[in-house]
Amino acid sequence: MSAAPSGAAAQDLFRFVLRLGDLSLVLGQRLGEWVGHAPALEEDLGLANVALDLIGQARLLLTYAGEIEAKGRGEDELAFLREHGDYFNAVLAEQPNGDFGRTIVRQVLIDAFQLELYERMATSTDERLAAIAAKSVKEVRYHLRYSSDWLVRLGDGTEASNARVQAALEALWPYTVELFAEDELDRSMADRGVAPRLSDVQAAWSARIDAILAAATLQRPKDRPHAWHGKRGQHSEHLGYILAEMQHLQRTYPGARW
Amino acid sequence: MYTQALDTLGAEAASLGEGALEQRFLARVDAEEKIEPKDWMPARYRNTLIRQISQHAHSEIVGMLPEGNWITRAPTLKRKAILIAKVQDEGGHGAYLYSAAETLGVSRDQLIDQLLSGKAKYSSIFNYPTPTWADVGAIGWLVDGAAIMNQIPLCRCSYGPYARGMVRVCREESFHQRQGYDLMLHLARGTPEQKRMAQEALNRWWWPALMMFGPSDANSTHSGDSQRWKIKRFSNDELRQKFVDFTVPQAKFLDLSVPDPLLRWDEAKQMHTFGPIDWNEFDQVLKGNGPCNVERLAARRHAHAEGQWVRDAASAYAEKQRQRAITQAA
Repeated sequence: MSAAPSGAAAQDLFRFVLRLGDLSLVLGQRLGEWVGHAPALEEDLGLANVALDLIGQARLLLTYAGEIEAKGRGEDELAFLREHGDYFNAVLAEQPNGDFGRTIVRQVLIDAFQLELYERMATSTDERLAAIAAKSVKEVRYHLRYSSDWLVRLGDGTEASNARVQAALEALWPYTVELFAEDELDRSMADRGVAPRLSDVQAAWSARIDAILAAATLQRPKDRPHAWHGKRGQHSEHLGYILAEMQHLQRTYPGARW
Repeated sequence: MYTQALDTLGAEAASLGEGALEQRFLARVDAEEKIEPKDWMPARYRNTLIRQISQHAHSEIVGMLPEGNWITRAPTLKRKAILIAKVQDEGGHGAYLYSAAETLGVSRDQLIDQLLSGKAKYSSIFNYPTPTWADVGAIGWLVDGAAIMNQIPLCRCSYGPYARGMVRVCREESFHQRQGYDLMLHLARGTPEQKRMAQEALNRWWWPALMMFGPSDANSTHSGDSQRWKIKRFSNDELRQKFVDFTVPQAKFLDLSVPDPLLRWDEAKQMHTFGPIDWNEFDQVLKGNGPCNVERLAARRHAHAEGQWVRDAASAYAEKQRQRAITQAA
C-alpha cells in the first residue's frame, strides 16, 4: 500500500479525483435524460448501460475523494451538496444532449479521452486510482465501441445524418481543448506518476479520433482557442440546471436518508 | 427457414384437416406440452397471444416513462444506479417480449405502429403520474408486485417462447419489487415528510394496482379461451385476492395505511375482504381519459419521430456495407 497523502498533496489529489469523478457523474446524468426517449429500444438500453457505468465510476471516485479529504463527506455529500464552482468536470460533459447525433459526438469525444486516460492510469502510483482505472477501462472500451459504431453509421449514413453529426462535431470540438490543457495540477499528478501526461493522452486520443472520423466520412474541425475552465470550477450556464435537478431532493430535505 | 416451416404446416394441414389438428393441439395443451412457433395452432390462439404479448411489451416500454422521470432526480447515487438499471430492465423485457411476439408472425415495427396509432393497448397503470420520489417506490412495490402475481403463472403458459421469456422477466420483477419495498421502507422510517410522501404514494397507487388484474371475473371477456388454452391459469379475481393478502401485511410492516376503509381480515375465510373497485375510473383510463394517457403516448410518438433520421441513417449505412461487400467479393 502506498502511504495516504496528507497536507497539500492530499488537497491536490482530492481535486484531481473530483475532476475524474465529476466528468463521469455529469456525463452519466446527461445520458440518464435519454432513457425512454431514444430513437430505438436498443438505444434506450445502450445509453442506459453507459449511464449506469458512468454513475458507477463516479461512485468509486467520489467515495475515494471523500476519503482523501477526510472530512466525513461520502459520495452523496460530494455528488449532491457541492456548489456550482466546486465541480471540476470539463464543460464538454455538461453540454446539452441535443439530438441523438450530438449526444453520440459528445460521447465519442469523451469515451476516447477516458479510454486513453484510464489505460495509462491503470499503472498509477496511486493504487486506488490504478484499481479504479483498471475496472473503468473495460467499461469505457465498450462505451467507445458503442458510440463510435454509431458515429460511423450516422456519418456514413444519409446526407442528412452526415450533415447533422458534422454540425454537432463543429459545435462540440472547441470544448475538447480543455480536456488536454495541462495546468499545474495535471503536471503535479503526472510528476508523481499518479496520472499520465496529458500530452501523451492527447496524441493517442487524436490518432484514435482521426481514424473514427475517417471511417465516418467526417471532417476534423480546426482547433480554436478555448475559454472554458470547468476543470477549475468555471462552468457553462448548463451545469446550474443539471445541479438544480440532480440536487433537488437532497436540498429540499436536508439530512434525510434515502 | 420460416417459409419452409409454413410449407410443412401447409402439407400437414392438408393431410389432417383443421378439426383433427385442433384436437391434437388441445391434447398437447392438456398434456402440458409446450406449443412452439413452428407447430400448428388455431388462428384464435395465435391472435390471442399476439395481442397479449404485444400489450405486455408495450406496457414495459411505456412503463419506462413514469419511473424514467426520476433518473435525473434520484436522491442518492446508489438509488440513481438502481433506478437506471431497473428502467433498463423494463426496456429489456420489452425487447424480448417483442421477440416472442415475432415468433408468431408479426414484426416489431408493425406492433410499434399499433402502439403509436393508439390501436394497441398497454397497461393502464402507466397512465398515472409520478409526482414524488415515493411514487418510484410505490411502483416497484405495488405495480411490480401485482405484475409478478399476474406473470408467475405465465412461466407455465402453453406457448413455449412466452413461457421461457417470462421466467427471466419474473426473476427481474421480483428484484424490482424488493427494491421498491426497500425504498418505501427508508421513507416510512425516515423524517415525517418522507413518511407522508410514502403514505401519499400508497394512496395514489393502491386502487390502480388492484385494477391491474383486469375486470372482475363476471365481466372478463377474454378469460374463457385463455384458460382453456392454458395461457391463463388463474382468474382475475383470484389473482387480485392473492395480491391483497400478500400486500396488506407489507403495508402494516411499513406502518402505512391502505386507503380502503372496508378492508378487513376475514377469519373464517382466511383472507382479506376489501371495498368495491371504482370500475368507472378503470374504464375511463382504458378509454384514454386517465391523467397521463395523452402525455405517455405523445412521449413515445415524439421519440419515434425524432429517431426517424437515426434509423434511416442506420439502414442506409447497412445497405452501403452490403453493397461494399458485394463489390469486394466480385
